[in-house]
Amino acid sequence: MVEIQSGIDEAIPPAETEDVELYHPKSWWTKYVFSQDAKVIAIQYSMTAISIGMVALVLSWLMRLQLAFPGTFTFIDAESYYQFITMHGMIMVIYLLTALFLGGFGNYLIPLMLGARDMVFPYANMLSYWLYLLAVLVLVASFFVPGGPTGAGWTLYPPQAVLSGTPGGQDWGIILMLVSLILFIIGFTMGGLNYVVTVLQGRTRGMTLMRMPLTIWGIFTATVMALLAFPALFVAAVMMLFDRLLGTSFFMPAIIEMGERLQHGGGSPILFQHLFWFFGHPEVYIVALPAFGIVSDLISTHARKNIFGYRMMVWAIVVIGALSFIVWAHHMYVSGMNPTFGFFFATTTLIIAVPTAIKVYNWVLTLWRGDIHLTLPMLFALGFIVTFVNGGLTGLFLGNVVVDVPLSDTMFVVAHFHMVMGVAPIMVIFGAIYHWYPKVTGRMLNETMGHIHFWITFLGAYAIFFPMHYLGLMGVPRRYHEMGETIFNPPSAQTLNIFITAMALAVGAAQMLFLFNLAWSLFKGKLAGGNPWRATTLEWQTPQTPPAHGNWGKELPIVYRWAYDYSVPGAAEDFIPQNQPAPDRLSRGALT
Amino acid sequence: MSAILIFMAGIAAIITWWMAQQRLTSKPWLEVGRAGDAPGRDGSSLAIEKIGLGVFLAVVGALFALFISAYFMRMDMADWWAVPVPKLLWVNTVALGLSSVALQWAKTEIREGHDEAVKMALLAALATAVLFLVGQVLAWRELVAAGYVLADNPANSFFYMITGMHGLHIIGGLVVLSRTTLRTWNGAVQQDKLRLSVELCAMYWHFMLFVWLILFALFAGWANDFIDICRQLLT
Repeated sequence: MVEIQSGIDEAIPPAETEDVELYHPKSWWTKYVFSQDAKVIAIQYSMTAISIGMVALVLSWLMRLQLAFPGTFTFIDAESYYQFITMHGMIMVIYLLTALFLGGFGNYLIPLMLGARDMVFPYANMLSYWLYLLAVLVLVASFFVPGGPTGAGWTLYPPQAVLSGTPGGQDWGIILMLVSLILFIIGFTMGGLNYVVTVLQGRTRGMTLMRMPLTIWGIFTATVMALLAFPALFVAAVMMLFDRLLGTSFFMPAIIEMGERLQHGGGSPILFQHLFWFFGHPEVYIVALPAFGIVSDLISTHARKNIFGYRMMVWAIVVIGALSFIVWAHHMYVSGMNPTFGFFFATTTLIIAVPTAIKVYNWVLTLWRGDIHLTLPMLFALGFIVTFVNGGLTGLFLGNVVVDVPLSDTMFVVAHFHMVMGVAPIMVIFGAIYHWYPKVTGRMLNETMGHIHFWITFLGAYAIFFPMHYLGLMGVPRRYHEMGETIFNPPSAQTLNIFITAMALAVGAAQMLFLFNLAWSLFKGKLAGGNPWRATTLEWQTPQTPPAHGNWGKELPIVYRWAYDYSVPGAAEDFIPQNQPAPDRLSRGALT
Repeated sequence: MSAILIFMAGIAAIITWWMAQQRLTSKPWLEVGRAGDAPGRDGSSLAIEKIGLGVFLAVVGALFALFISAYFMRMDMADWWAVPVPKLLWVNTVALGLSSVALQWAKTEIREGHDEAVKMALLAALATAVLFLVGQVLAWRELVAAGYVLADNPANSFFYMITGMHGLHIIGGLVVLSRTTLRTWNGAVQQDKLRLSVELCAMYWHFMLFVWLILFALFAGWANDFIDICRQLLT
């Protein structure tokens, strides 16, 4: 990493600010390992999340190989296929996406973008990471215990999740999975308290809520949602542990297994589904809202144009956050429910499309007549808009009860949620890494490798998931480790499966190139300077790059304007940093 | 899911009230500050620790609201036999109530600077809270002796699980309260920091007492009567 000095903060008038007490590390260990500095914690979170994400990526290859060439790989039987499905889904949704967006980007960007020196509770922040790491290790441990990891599907529906017919059900697998989730939730709560209170109280002078970059709005709202939604998963996990270990019957109905009546009786599997999806649906937006926020900033910066409809964007984020708590039962249409409830949840599901569509319009209108630079972050942002619209439209199909019921157990659902909550947020994560890597390390990522990475990932992801919709419409079921002989599948379905697998391997290989680029550019990348994208937000105005301990020099920055002053008419440059005051006479505030 | 939805409606009301004060309709693109302006900080004047604890209590509240939701949903199934509430729970409730009162007393005394009274009050709070926990364990043993074991009936399972979860939260609070109590003997600790610690403990204790009262009403069956009345009013 390189240190770059710039003198941007000289113009700030001195003013007395009461400074937060900052924890100063005393040794190498407390500086780089048991660090309480949000930037180090962010990097720790990101590295752990990406590492475990690689495991999930490899699992997806194995699943695809099995689907394309059933019977060829003897080590993948039906049981291990279920284990791969479960671990792939669980890792990608919780241990990669949630941890990377909130623990990674949240920790790095919240203090820097708000002009704070650090999070408000640095010690709890450190504990948050170590509990997350412990949760990941417990999860990894489940691969090595007798019986292997749980194969219950990422939704862990009882009663099958704790029965002997499911891999890990009567072994260690399900126990370790639930313990790992409980640890993750405790750890996340510690981090989440930090993010929320830092946004509430840690903002520098002049940084009103409506001057915050949309990235922070997205992360903030998602954190509030996560704090309120994760307890539902916590409760479900604790109750299932009781059922599995202590013989209670919260979720377990009377069951006869191998001719023996189990000691359980009377429990309600639907109760688990309610608890799980009360967490599970907000979880979709916990991942999506930070992505919405980040992509808004990427588009505005790289199109050199202010974000269209900033207020509407903020309100839409808040409205989506609130609505996402009353749509959960649309995941349970096939479980059967009172038609009135089905109607209610279908309606709320369709209503949530309104604020989401507003956001898409605003991104497109921001691009309209902008000075679009096709940099790597911009390419990924455009890729996000396309995949997100695509996945959102199929969501409208699945939100309707009558359409959902026949499609629910097919590849159509797999295609839908991979498009909307897999590929779309991952596009934003890549865009964000290309955007902020220069700030984190002081060097740019290599462009050639980046372009190869983008085109293979974007086109490849489309080639994987677009045909999957057709497979689903044809009736190819999901969660089957091989299709076998059916009357409704033509042989071409299998050909398509092979094509999808080939594309999946190619996209996976492109991610190896990306990881290589991350390592290579750390030493060989082009020097970035303090503000390579000529961006307005505060993290680009730090006196050092990468930002030093405490982020700012002697004085905290003072914010004079919103985050989107690009291409302001009459301004000397096409961007005005947030901490640059208006010259006395030309202030637009005076003109209006 | 009625309990959690009512809880979330409450949280939504608080968030709406807070957002209403945040000038969300301002037009930031028209408001550019001039050099020399020294805008103030925008946050609340409350201590960050208090806001942090407030957010944490919202999370704890969601946790218990979800347990209660699950309790109500499971109760509708056919195999439910309510647990008789041990008389001891009344004693425990009084103990936890006294603990809360003692902390409130410590809070007023530390404002006035009466160090000895603060120590007394904190010790009283500690003792009564420990008494509450011991009482809860005795109540468990009493039920087990009477044949109400954990896995027998969902009502038993819920009783042990939810009181256990509440007890764990009290134990966590006891760790912090013990630290605070020890610090009152250490003269080097700043007075305002100590005062903040005592205030945070009091806040947490009042909340856990409130949660306990709701749980007690739930186990005693009063909550069911209340819900029946509501149902009759609605239908």
